[in-house]
Amino acid sequence: MTVESTAASKPRRSAGTKSTAGKRTTAKNAPSTDPELVQLLTPEGERLKNAEYDKYVAGITPDELRGLYRDMVLTRRFDAEATSLQRQGELGLWASLLGQEAAQIGSGRATREDDYVFPTYREHGVAWCRGVDPTNLLGMFRGVNNGGWDPNSNNFHLYTIVIGSQTLHATGYAMGVAKDGADSAVIAYFGDGASSQGDVAESFTFSAVYNAPVVFFCQNNQWAISEPTEKQTRVPLYQRAQGYGFPGVRVDGNDVLACLAVTKWALERARSGEGPTLVEAYTYRMGAHTTSDDPTKYRADEEREAWEAKDPILRLRRYLEASNHADEGFFAELEAESETLGKRVREAVRAMPDPDHFAIFENAYADGHALVDEERAQFAAYQASFADEGGH
Amino acid sequence: MALAKAINESLRRALDSDPKVLIMGEDVGKLGGVFRVTDGLQKDFGESRVIDTPLAESGIVGTAIGLALRGYRPVVEIQFDGFVFPAYDQIVTQLAKMHARSLGKVKLPVVVRIPYGGGIGAVEHHSESPEALFAHVAGLKVVSPSNASDAYWMMQQAIQSDDPVIFFEPKRRYWDKAEVNTEAIPGPLHRARVVREGTDLTLVAYGPMVKLCQEVANAAAEEGKSLEVLDLRSMSPMDFDSIQASVEKTRRLVVVHEAPVFLGSGAEIAARITERCFYHLEAPVLRVGGYHAPYPPARLEDEYLPGLDRVLDAVDRALAY
Repeated sequence: MTVESTAASKPRRSAGTKSTAGKRTTAKNAPSTDPELVQLLTPEGERLKNAEYDKYVAGITPDELRGLYRDMVLTRRFDAEATSLQRQGELGLWASLLGQEAAQIGSGRATREDDYVFPTYREHGVAWCRGVDPTNLLGMFRGVNNGGWDPNSNNFHLYTIVIGSQTLHATGYAMGVAKDGADSAVIAYFGDGASSQGDVAESFTFSAVYNAPVVFFCQNNQWAISEPTEKQTRVPLYQRAQGYGFPGVRVDGNDVLACLAVTKWALERARSGEGPTLVEAYTYRMGAHTTSDDPTKYRADEEREAWEAKDPILRLRRYLEASNHADEGFFAELEAESETLGKRVREAVRAMPDPDHFAIFENAYADGHALVDEERAQFAAYQASFADEGGH
Repeated sequence: MALAKAINESLRRALDSDPKVLIMGEDVGKLGGVFRVTDGLQKDFGESRVIDTPLAESGIVGTAIGLALRGYRPVVEIQFDGFVFPAYDQIVTQLAKMHARSLGKVKLPVVVRIPYGGGIGAVEHHSESPEALFAHVAGLKVVSPSNASDAYWMMQQAIQSDDPVIFFEPKRRYWDKAEVNTEAIPGPLHRARVVREGTDLTLVAYGPMVKLCQEVANAAAEEGKSLEVLDLRSMSPMDFDSIQASVEKTRRLVVVHEAPVFLGSGAEIAARITERCFYHLEAPVLRVGGYHAPYPPARLEDEYLPGLDRVLDAVDRALAY
């Protein structure tokens, strides 16, 4: 049951609801009618028919459904552990994906192994789907590296902190895929805030002009730190694509089945040479922008509470239980697995070694650089001079 | 052959020998580039390899990064020096840093070609010398040929480098001709070259100012002064050893570049050579370059840019110590 707030529109069964206004200090520029929003699973866990997208999840097995649930639960657990670890000083920073699990697991599970993913810095759920070990994501937040994994191991690019930059990298990569004559696809993640960046606009231009096989997956979580989406756009974000000549669709970002289905459709378009697609996953950032942020300063609790009722994990649980696809045993086992994961993450972080001092100089250049060598030698001599004095 | 033609031949050779090499930029394909540097290449290698891009510098560099991640070796063109700034973010935050960010797993063998420098009577933003802004960023390599032969070979080496290379082409020298031996074995990309030997003072320059320094040395010779001219060729890495060897011999150094003196590459040379050659130097290191003011309109550029008299003046001041 959705909760109405003072400024909410009436919830509809077959389309999504807009986010509630909450304590916004700016005028709302949201459209007067709800935009179309693809939904296959209601917040109550009811399966809806959708003529266009049902076929992309028609063959989904109970095992796969349980798998999606497990993916979301474990991702949320990992995310909660990381948040905790930051509060304990083990991580310098953490960007939580709380509330966005369905958008990330749904889209992530739609990808093929040979597809290539360009995340932002919050796609821990997609990393999970791509087989990147969660502990690998933590190095940069602990400050021991700027990205700990090999992008080519799982076709999952490093996290990009500069907002929107990766959409161009994804577009170029997709242009390369097309040049190779391969039928893999590329998916680029970015947020509602990023949609204002020039690089994102340029990526739309390039991908359209070159018909690049790329899916632009925008998680509109309603907030870019303290700024609501109304500060980024006058029109629903999915409509931006039309200006560039490719399709855009808004999907319920808290509906893992809808995200899976729509992303599959979009990836298939890319694979079959139909070019780019914009998927706007309409979701909510339940947590803070990062652990350095304090949402109480700019948004109302009521708004967040309203979105609790649309929780992505809860609605799938309701569906699994109602359709007898999961029993108590499954949930208990998952809880245990969750505990194990939590423990593993905590231990991994606490045991994470600081990098060697000389790492400063490593990999500045692929082919080496005379000045780097010179400075490394000076640094070594300088460090050794302390040892000579019998110090540490 | 002319310097522009030498680059054209070099790009042709690269496209021929490595199917992963791509050329991208505004007007590089059908038109062959506004300076005709890529003339004829699209006709011979096709639109898939010589690509006319949308008018979006950040997009050009950003997609080149993506193509490099996919295994290609893009050679992108920024049409003019003053237009590189929309791409500066992609160059500095992504191109320069991704190799380190990935702990060495990712390589971005991208060459960014930029016609630079003044002396062609152009309108605003077409005569800049922003090389220091790039050399100051770790992860980038920055080079500039002064002549057709170097243009040919340095382009080969830049394309073969697994590091991102910013390749500054001195546009006022595009039509200067020199012998180019396409069968030669080139020297190292980042090594400076003594262009003229001398004993009384060293002139260090790169790109468009090397020719000027040779003219300065000729004029000085008529007054009985023997100047050594060193073509730096590479701003990052910078060949301090060669400068040092020269200054240990001549004991005086004047650096010449079109870029503003304030915080220009000459500042680095002055500081470092002072440190390395303190007991050899007979005079402080002097620099001749642009003024700390926006590049002036064409009618004033001759007053702004280093010219024969201004460099000779600095030479005299250094010799007077």
